[in-house]
Amino acid sequence: MKALHGMLLGSTMSVAAMAGMAQAADIEVMHWWTSGGEAAAVGEFAKAFDATGNHWKDAAFAGPGEQARAIMVSRITGGDPMGAFQFNHGRQAEDLIEAGLLRDITDIAKAEGWDQMVNPQSLLAGCTKDGRIYCAPVNIHSWQWLWLSNKAFADVGVQTPTTWDEFVAVAPKLREAGIQPLAVGQQSWQQTGLFNVLMATLVPEEVFLSVYQDHDADVAAGADVAKVFKAAADAREMSQGSNLQSWNEATALVINGKAGGQIMGDWAQGEFSLAGAKAGEDYECLPGLGVTEVLGTGGDAFYFPVLDDPDLEKAQAELAATLLKPETQVNFNLRKGSLPVRGDIDLSAANACMQKGLKLLAEGKVLPDTNQLITPDTTSQINDLFAEFFADASMTPEAAQAQFADIIASAE
Amino acid sequence: MSSERPSRLFRNMSAKIAAIPMALTALVVFLGGTAWTVAYSFTKSKLLPKWDLVGLDQYERLWSTKRWMVSIENLAVYGAGMLVLSFVLGFVLACLMDQKIRFENTFRTIMLYPFALSFIVTGLIWQWILNPDFGIQHIVRSAGWESFTFDPLYTADWAIFGVMLAALWQGSGLVMVLMLAGLRGIDQEIWKAARIDGIPAWKIYVMIIIPMMRPVFITALVLVTSGIIKVYDLVVAQTSGGPGLATEMPAKYVYDYMFRAQNLGQAFAASTMMLLAVMIVVIPWAMMEFGGKRRG
Repeated sequence: MKALHGMLLGSTMSVAAMAGMAQAADIEVMHWWTSGGEAAAVGEFAKAFDATGNHWKDAAFAGPGEQARAIMVSRITGGDPMGAFQFNHGRQAEDLIEAGLLRDITDIAKAEGWDQMVNPQSLLAGCTKDGRIYCAPVNIHSWQWLWLSNKAFADVGVQTPTTWDEFVAVAPKLREAGIQPLAVGQQSWQQTGLFNVLMATLVPEEVFLSVYQDHDADVAAGADVAKVFKAAADAREMSQGSNLQSWNEATALVINGKAGGQIMGDWAQGEFSLAGAKAGEDYECLPGLGVTEVLGTGGDAFYFPVLDDPDLEKAQAELAATLLKPETQVNFNLRKGSLPVRGDIDLSAANACMQKGLKLLAEGKVLPDTNQLITPDTTSQINDLFAEFFADASMTPEAAQAQFADIIASAE
Repeated sequence: MSSERPSRLFRNMSAKIAAIPMALTALVVFLGGTAWTVAYSFTKSKLLPKWDLVGLDQYERLWSTKRWMVSIENLAVYGAGMLVLSFVLGFVLACLMDQKIRFENTFRTIMLYPFALSFIVTGLIWQWILNPDFGIQHIVRSAGWESFTFDPLYTADWAIFGVMLAALWQGSGLVMVLMLAGLRGIDQEIWKAARIDGIPAWKIYVMIIIPMMRPVFITALVLVTSGIIKVYDLVVAQTSGGPGLATEMPAKYVYDYMFRAQNLGQAFAASTMMLLAVMIVVIPWAMMEFGGKRRG
């Protein structure tokens, strides 16, 4: 199967390479930014890159990131690399780097002074393997946000909650009024993400790090994580009846006041701005669920496959430099709702929620993202576990925790 | 025998030379690829194949993974249901069609039409039809029956039958057409003879016609079974394996571990198990079919 696949891809590659020769400065960029806010943001990159005289050939994949990554990997390993592609930086690209399929861009990073201005520096560390830099981080995304609809809470006559616990307490009222308390898309990455947010905020920071960084199975089976699983069971209860798939459908429910809230990364911000909703008036955002104000520093980065066409290589280098230019960073991140990767630019145009994020970033209240700590293999196992946990209300938190501890014990 | 062999080998040389590319493709791509996959299932390859042997570790992990066990169970339920229902439906439809009815062409086209659609399209159509918010449930409720509930895809225990429904809608037409061709191949004299003996129609079908249609049944069996084992796109389009793990399938496990989880070793172990399952079914059948013929 695999061999056949490779051969087929190989033959399409040679055709594609010949066709690509004519317009050398066309860079095909693959990404999975397709929701309204995301598409607007990626348009800013394309504009900035086209201004350098090259051409951004957009190859967006409509679907969850994990599917998009599968397609990108099969294109690269099949010998049909694109010009550049988006990944969440961290361990996702580890093997591609080891196999020498990705371009070392250390020289570009040096020339552009990334080691001076990328903030926090841990982002660059996520792009570095054996001292060489392989990717250009473009934004910081943090998962740890609770988005609440002021309209939904006003409809049932209560104050908009300011912490997770208050939210759990008023959930039954929302339910009675026919409002979905918590909107969760039925995709396992969203459910796992929600769990990780609970873990990062409801219990001390060391717990998150010992589970995901040190893979300590005893902590994963311990009392603190048991508390997190109980909270996850609450969340499961509150999310019963949300028959939707993608995260932006869930965000739309919060925007329209049909759902009380959603735990989702700061990329949800883009949807709120696109719908013209105002932070503080129409909706509230609580970093760290209002419990522990901390932000994860995951994010997106662009990687550049090794190509053997000097024209394309030059264009790749220009693209890498363009992505981190101050102006591009401001325009892109304002649209995307994410935080910029450099600390030296002016983001006063950012709204109240982003300002909260910037402040936390400046104070250094940051956590690494799970993508930087565990392999996609482990992530996948955890995703399967939570897909089951959230769909099957009869699965007890204790049973789920036992399985979780097993996965952590076998993590690499 | 032995003196005949060389001349046989060189007889029809041009035809044999022409067949070499095909033979090589079969050997290198299919057999070679299969052997390579099996070999690498004993390694701990991650995103890319790496010759780093770990013995049976991948298999141990596979058989202790809940998702794999659920997938096998789902495949068994789906497979048994599909096989029985598509044969029964296909055969009954073909018999009805064989009653010299009017507009037979029209009916045949209508029945076969779903087969022209891909599994992805089928999956999406049925996802919409079975969606409680705007599918069948919604229509019945808005017609006045407020308490009507029909949402198989959102109930873990029923989701697999929702998938089966879509697969039956798509696949029964093909079985029907095959059966119809088989029925048409039956000599009318047999019908006349049986009628003269006063045998009831159902008995003619069961005792005489079906045994005579053995080759057609075997063709249909091979087509339907291979469709069952490789079912992937239908599930992806219709439920993406959900709710929870309720409609996961082995082929989806292989794909997900190969590309998403970046764990080739695990994916290869799973696909080797699938191959083994197919072989357990196919080899005894092939021996019976072809081995028998040579002797007879």
